[in-house]
Amino acid sequence: MVLIRDFAFQGAQMLLVLLLAPVLTGLVRVVKARLLRRQGPPLLQPYRDLIRLLRKEVVLAHSASWLFRVIPYLVFAGTWVAASLVPTFRSGLLFSWSADLIALIALLGSARFFLALAGLDVGTSFGGIGSSREVMIASLAEPAMLMIVFTVALIAGSTQLSVMAAHMTSGAVGLRVSLGLALLALIMVSIAENARIPIDNPATHLELTMVHEAMVLEYSGRHLALIDLASELKLLFYVSVIACLFIPWGIAPPDGNAGAIAVGAASYVAKLAAGAVLLAVFETSIAKMRVFRVPAFLGAALMLGLLGTLLLFVSGSL
Amino acid sequence: MPLGLPWLGAHFRVDALSAFFLIVVNLGGAAASLFALGYGQHEHAPERVLSFYPAYLAGMNVVILADDAFSFLVAWEFMSLTSWALVVAHHRERENLQAGYVYLLMAGFGTLALLLAFGLLAGDNGNYLFESVRAAPPSPSVAAIVLVLVLIGAGSKAGVVPLHAWLPLAHPAAPSHVSALMSGVMTKVAVYGFVRIAFDLLGPPVWWWSMPVLAIGGATAVMGVLYALMQHDLKRLLAYHTVENIGIIFIGLGLALAFKAHGMADAAALALTAGLLHVFNHSVFKSLLFFGAGAVLNATGERDMEHLGGLIHRMPQTAFTFLVGCVAISALPPLNGFVSEWLTFQAILLSPQLPSWGLKFLVPAVGALLALSAALAAACFVKAFGITFLGRPRTPAAADARETDSHSLAAMFFLSALCLVAGVLPGLFIDALAPVTNALLGVSMPHQAGLDWLTIVPVAESRSSYNGLLVFVFIVMSGSIAAVAIHRLASDKMRRGPAWDCGYPDSSPATQYTASSFAQPIRRVYGTTVFHAREVGDMPPPGSARPARLTVEIRDLIWDAAYAPIAVFIEYATGRLNVLQFLTIRRYLALVFSALVLLLLVLAIWS
Repeated sequence: MVLIRDFAFQGAQMLLVLLLAPVLTGLVRVVKARLLRRQGPPLLQPYRDLIRLLRKEVVLAHSASWLFRVIPYLVFAGTWVAASLVPTFRSGLLFSWSADLIALIALLGSARFFLALAGLDVGTSFGGIGSSREVMIASLAEPAMLMIVFTVALIAGSTQLSVMAAHMTSGAVGLRVSLGLALLALIMVSIAENARIPIDNPATHLELTMVHEAMVLEYSGRHLALIDLASELKLLFYVSVIACLFIPWGIAPPDGNAGAIAVGAASYVAKLAAGAVLLAVFETSIAKMRVFRVPAFLGAALMLGLLGTLLLFVSGSL
Repeated sequence: MPLGLPWLGAHFRVDALSAFFLIVVNLGGAAASLFALGYGQHEHAPERVLSFYPAYLAGMNVVILADDAFSFLVAWEFMSLTSWALVVAHHRERENLQAGYVYLLMAGFGTLALLLAFGLLAGDNGNYLFESVRAAPPSPSVAAIVLVLVLIGAGSKAGVVPLHAWLPLAHPAAPSHVSALMSGVMTKVAVYGFVRIAFDLLGPPVWWWSMPVLAIGGATAVMGVLYALMQHDLKRLLAYHTVENIGIIFIGLGLALAFKAHGMADAAALALTAGLLHVFNHSVFKSLLFFGAGAVLNATGERDMEHLGGLIHRMPQTAFTFLVGCVAISALPPLNGFVSEWLTFQAILLSPQLPSWGLKFLVPAVGALLALSAALAAACFVKAFGITFLGRPRTPAAADARETDSHSLAAMFFLSALCLVAGVLPGLFIDALAPVTNALLGVSMPHQAGLDWLTIVPVAESRSSYNGLLVFVFIVMSGSIAAVAIHRLASDKMRRGPAWDCGYPDSSPATQYTASSFAQPIRRVYGTTVFHAREVGDMPPPGSARPARLTVEIRDLIWDAAYAPIAVFIEYATGRLNVLQFLTIRRYLALVFSALVLLLLVLAIWS
């Protein structure tokens, strides 16, 4: 009985992240448009885009290989699994122990690895430019993310997300310098990882400034739909991780009743909405950087993460 | 087990540690031999390879079996010499001769360091049996000198920075299956030498011993992968990557030394298991990748990635196995490279409890270096696979490539399967290492295979867990659900057309990204300081029909600072000493006589 209930919750979480991801991206777009005094697309536009793309036929370049056709499914599956294992509305998910935060980051790393390969597969110059810049950004963003994980894990004594969230709500953690540094670094990394302004522009159509969009330029139809959905899931993943680690209040405990779960779900949606609004405000208030400014930005995130870890090595109470 | 004359015999023994390394060596050896069945068909002078190959395998085995210093050193030198003979097997290429020369010098230098180390380790009455060495551990100051000598001796064979310079020259020069053995297996024999001496023979460690090991490990990991990123010769890229992985192994070993010195036996067991598991993993996927490079070399005659491309269409099976190797070596789940790096990260997370301040500052920095090298490795293998196998063929040789033979494919598929099995069932492999850590540290990691769903939980109280099997099953399931659902419910139509490329597709394959242009952003971010990388653009004046040129200059600072002066000195010294060759017999006799007098004088003053 307990097992069936746990299975149901795990399944609900998988569906929930899949359904919420496009709305989250839609919400960021709406808020951004309003801040620019534009009407903006409707909130549910990302769904319509996905459905439209899914129905279209795929146009494949002559030089594309079998790998190019497999990659969208791999990228989507990896990102979806990662997003489904983050405690969102209820902790202690059935399979949450199958991958800790380091493994989840590495899983997203696998997705990026394959996406970068897809950029090189057709053999065009735009794909190459996107891939090479993406791996450059990742080579700094990934270590920064790991240092953030180290900082939080040293405080919580575990790299398991549900254990970390439980530790953060337990009251044993006050305001800490290292946590502040980690939060700042995590926000910087999330912006870079999700190809948002100032690192990359998700709405651009000027080829030479694109990173993510250049990499997936040759995709069309259902392949493109899967890749778009995967990047929407990735945004949801990062917002959920920030929410789970730094504002874990409201997440229902594993033995919570229906009321606690309702509170958990409501607070999760509220956290996502707040994240979307903050992201939109941030994006409209800043200009995009030149590509070779990005290392300085991410290097700062890496140093913040390292500083947080170092503080904890020196003194457990910082 | 003694062999030979009763009082001069060589001694051999198999314990848990040597058993583990024997498995690594002979698994690699078996796969390489299977690969060579097909690969060797293309050899022009097979007698140059075949006569030394079994001797080389035997040499590596004897090093691991040896139970006294003499047989260890003899086998070590035998292994070096036979591998040197294999490096210069294709001796008509100038580059290979050069590589062989540098290798021979470095091997001799490394053995000299090991010889001195064993000399200092002698047991009672100059007994060099490992047993009597163990019974009489050296004083701390002598032990420190031994540790430095071992780091130089075994480290130079393993390729730690700054003693790595010979490795990327020598490993690619040999035939590919020998490259695989040198990179995947012989470096592990060197790691064995280090573990045997540092953990077994040297007695209880002092905490600061771990500092040089950790620092060298971190520097080696990052420098190795940065060098690899700058290469466009496929085999040389792989050889530099061996340097990186040796760094990761040494980080694990250094952490284990630190934990052991501070009496944190469980953490030491975790770190040592991480290091040794990476030894196994690296030997598997590095051999696999060198086989792939060998298959490409056979099919196209090219090692230079700038002349390849599009091979996935012509050699789909080689491409698939090479891709498996790339994912594994980039430490991406669910394959095996990730497991050992994950365990290393978990070991680092236990280190704030270490009381010494030096380690408190060094370990987080090493952790950051490890994270950096993991991310750069992924970038490097996107480049290696993407430029070689994806895109469009850049030369006719690449366009006409043929799939490699069935023996080679069998070896590659076998190792790919091993990568997957070790990745999804890591618990079994961790448990298999328990006797080794038991022998060296007295404890082992908690038993893993009995846990639910074959999860691994390295430290019980932290509850951090990873389950490669479930992650693999999840990815396969959700990917196939998505594929089936979309094909059934939405659309499964597909049409081939020209590439889009924003409306300006160019039919020339020269417009693709190359290995050098792919690495350009990373070269610009890291290379300007590490390699003094410079790009010099040469634009023709308006109206001139001369093509514009872009030249990239990269300097190997370690070579310039350490090796070039030594080479100059040796050149100078040998030039001067050459005079001695043409003396008359009287002068030789005078020299011998004065040397004798001098030695007797020294002895008289000494005693």
